[in-house]
This record gives sequence, structure tokens and C-alpha cells, in this order.
Amino acid sequence: MNLNEKTIHELHDLLKSKKISALDITKDVIKRMEEIEGLNVFITETKKAALKKAEYIDNEIISKGDFPKLTGIPFSIKDNFCTKGIKTTAGSKMLENYLPPFDATSITKLDEAILVGKTNLDEFAMGSSGENSAYGPTKNPYDLTRVTGGTSSGSAAALASGSSIFTVGTDTGGSVRQPAGFCGVVGLKPTYGRISRYGVIAMASSLDTISLFTKDVEDAAIVLKELAGNDVNDQTTPDVKVDDYEKFLKKDLKGIKLGVPKEYFTGEGVDKEVIRNIEKSITVLNGLGAEIIKVSLPHTDYAIAAYYLIMSSEVSSNMSRYDGIKYGFSDQSGKDLLSVYLDSRKKALGKEVKRRIMLGTFSLSHGYYDKYYAQAQKVRTLVKQDFEKVFDQVDALITPTSPTTAFKIGEKVNDPLAMYMADVFTVPASLAGVPAICVPSGQKNNLPIGMQIIGPHFSEGKIIQIAHAFEQKRGKIDLSLKV
Amino acid sequence: MKITKEQTKKIAALARLGLVEKNVVSYSKDLSAILDYAEKLNEVDTKNVETTSQVTGLSNVKRPDEVKQKEITKEILDNTPLSKDDFIKVKNVF
Repeated sequence: MNLNEKTIHELHDLLKSKKISALDITKDVIKRMEEIEGLNVFITETKKAALKKAEYIDNEIISKGDFPKLTGIPFSIKDNFCTKGIKTTAGSKMLENYLPPFDATSITKLDEAILVGKTNLDEFAMGSSGENSAYGPTKNPYDLTRVTGGTSSGSAAALASGSSIFTVGTDTGGSVRQPAGFCGVVGLKPTYGRISRYGVIAMASSLDTISLFTKDVEDAAIVLKELAGNDVNDQTTPDVKVDDYEKFLKKDLKGIKLGVPKEYFTGEGVDKEVIRNIEKSITVLNGLGAEIIKVSLPHTDYAIAAYYLIMSSEVSSNMSRYDGIKYGFSDQSGKDLLSVYLDSRKKALGKEVKRRIMLGTFSLSHGYYDKYYAQAQKVRTLVKQDFEKVFDQVDALITPTSPTTAFKIGEKVNDPLAMYMADVFTVPASLAGVPAICVPSGQKNNLPIGMQIIGPHFSEGKIIQIAHAFEQKRGKIDLSLKV
Repeated sequence: MKITKEQTKKIAALARLGLVEKNVVSYSKDLSAILDYAEKLNEVDTKNVETTSQVTGLSNVKRPDEVKQKEITKEILDNTPLSKDDFIKVKNVF
């Protein structure tokens, strides 16, 4: 087995016993990056710097005694995290030459891990399939004619294809959980504010949540512990203690109550085989000692509409900084300042970004604010209260992550509403800011299916416990990579 | 809610967004479809319901008001399309 196929915890043990070096792992990962080039996973690769760093870590840290679990582990990060002196494009032509003068907090916290590349994404993290990237879509490693899901398309495919040991992304309405499901890896979106957003290019600030992809649940516990916590540079990170998430891996499911919300198992466009797989997975959880209770989240059906208005409104505000003046693409051919704004944004922003800026500008405009934006924010309260009520009754909820498996590249690009519906099961948890994890639960025609576990605010330990118990019992999923 | 071609242009102008003329029709069609879908929010009774913008209950979090010097002027100006000396240069407003 090549080292790039192993998990963080396996590699850490091997590093500790001096059987391998960080350089060995990095070389195997880079070799794999070269084999999978056709997937279009990376926007920028940092192979040379990675090899140099691996040698440094081997000589200066690993050889000198005890070290934490992410030391010497190669990873990649979505290209909307600022990396000092390394191009950060956010998947847009607007930032094709942008060199951030500082590092995001997540990058600073991962300073003993080894960055191998910046991964592809939908432009400014807007999309549900990875197809909105100005640098082309990422292909699903299980079927090259299909999408990876989005918006953290490259991060999901990097992990599924074995060209990183773990990856980091952002999840605003499902952008880590949905691609994790489509690519058969673990995707964890913690509570809003659990991980600092400092240095991450903003999309919708009340929803954006730094999230992670790992090969198994144990690795998710390890990476979350490293990234979580209060940050003076992000005022939305609360001063809530970071749990020792690895402790939850040892617990069983006796006494755990799991809710099954009926709204997530019906509806148009929901694949019956996905539903059957999740129902089977619920039986597995029941067999592990969890009590299964039928519940209802009555406002689920309104979540997508509320989400698209709120998110677009925040987008229209956040995107105003790209004006062709301070940094990024600039068209100076016009005669005055206004033409610089209009022309730069016209040429460097893609169709979905423009659509959302306009939708948001409209929702916030005089005469429509109450009907659209304010009403959406009130419905958000009701969606959040649905979760609060149900969590009085159960520890967590079990749902499918997405209504279908990965769809064809090009299938939904001309129908924005159909594309938005791909997020129907992930958006409600985003509106409420509650944590959720996607864990692989099966496959259909060699395409992965993911199960979502949603818990109350700051219950990451509990959902990790449930996901881990399931993962141990589930057994191997029969999937074969096409690259 | 139908968004006309003219309204689309007006919204784009408010957002300082240049549009390619031939795409205006498709934007107005997309915006109309999305807003039609959003109409379903009006089925929900939100009388006496407060809005939510911060989900974990934080409000008015401040950091100490301290001056911190970051020596990154050069890196910032290196990213600027037009600059002169240590200033960002812009075109005439009129």
C-alpha cells in the first residue's frame, strides 16, 4: 500500500516508530498528484515547497522527540484560504494573480503539516457542482463524466483520489458535506464559528463555516481539534471550550436517541436507492444500541428559498470589495472611475456570481426588503427553532446528505433552480448553524452515497461518536477509482 | 415576481455590475424564476417572529482598541492595479 492511501492516524504511528519519514509520505502524495492530473483537482500546486518543508519537519521536529498528530502530514486546502505569497484565486478570474500578504488562521494552525496544493472550487464558493470554477470543473474520480459536487470540489476529489491525506474547505450551504457524499469521504461541518474564518475569502458571512474532509471519522476528530477554537481575529468564534474529540471515538451508542425527520425522506427528485441505503444504515445504528425516533422539522421545505435570499444578500455586500481598485482584476480602459468598476466586474466575474449579486441587491432594495430579505431571516428563525425543539427529544438526526448520487457534468448548468435543489438536505443545518457530518454509507453503480448526522450547537463530539460507531460496523464499501 | 429587462439593468447598475447586453434576457428570466420560487416564503406565518442573523447568540463582540503595526505596505501595493509612491491611484470621478 502506498503511503498516500493511509489515514492520518496510521501515518502518525508509522512516523513515531521511525519506519517512514514525512518526506516518504510527501513523495508518494506528489506521485499520485501527477497520476490524477486529468481530474483538475488543483489550481496551484506547491510540490517543491512541500518537499523542502518535509525535509525540514523530518530534521528539525520529528527527529527531536514527541510531536502532534498532524506534523509531517501532507494536506491541501481550498483556494479561498489566503496563503501568504501563494496565489489565491477563489476560483475566479478576478483573483487570478492575487498574492495574499497574510495567512488564514487555519494555515497558521497547520504550520507543521505539509501543504501540497490549493484546490479547485466553484467561483467564490458559489455553486453546487464545481462547474462554476473559472479554471474548469473537477471530475469525479469514480466516474470522470460526473461532477464531484461543490463548492469544495477539488478538496473532495483530492482526498478521494489519494492525492492528499486530509483537506480543508468551506461549507456555506453544503459545500463540504455534499461533495464528501458524492466522492465517498468524510465531510465535517462544525458549528458556525467553531473554526476561525480569518483569512478565508468571504461568501455569506453569517453562514460560511470552515469545514474538513478526511478519510475516516477518527481523522476528522484529529483535524477538528487542531483547527477549532476562539480567534481574536474572528469575532464570530465564541469562547467555548474545544472538546477532546478523540475521546468520543471510544464510546458506544447505548442510550443514544436518533431522530429520523420525515421531511428528508420524501419529495420530488429524491433517489429511492439513496433512501433505501439510509434506511438500511439506520437499521445498523439501531443494531448498535441507538434508539430510533420518528420526528418532524416542519419548515424544511422553506429552507432553500430562505437560504438563497439570505446568502445572495450577503454575497452582494461581500462582493462589492472587488472593484478593480485595490487588488484583483482591473480594466482601466474606460474614461472614469465608474467605468473601472463596471468593466472590471463585467469581465472578471462569472455568471452565477453575477446572478447572486443581482438577486441579493434586489432582495435588499427599498420596497422589497421586507418581503424578501426580512421574511427570509424570519423563516430562518423558524428553521432554527425546528432544530431546537427536536433536539429536546433526540441527541442527533439521521438524513441522506443529498437527494441523489453525483450527477453528470453539464446536466444542471443551465437551470439554476435545479442546481440549488442539490443542497436541499444540507441547507437547513447551515441556516441553524448546527454541526453536521457526512459519512460514507454505500454506493449505487460505483457512485458513493453519504449519510448526514446533524447535532445541536457544539455537539461535534457526539456526532463524531455516532459517525464513528456506524463507520466501524458498516464495513467496506465496494467502490473502484477510475483514475 | 417578473423581473423585466429594464429592471435587470437597473439592479446591475445599482450593484456596479457591467453586463454583456446579450445576457440581460437570460438574467431577467433566471431572477424571475428564483423570485417566483421564493414566493413560497409568504405561505409562512411570521407574525411575532424575530429575524435571525447570528446563530450562536453572540452580539457586539469587540477586540481591544490597540494599534498594531503590520509591515505589509509593499505586499498590499504589489497587488494594486495602479499605484503611485505609497498611494493607490484611481481615475477621475467625473
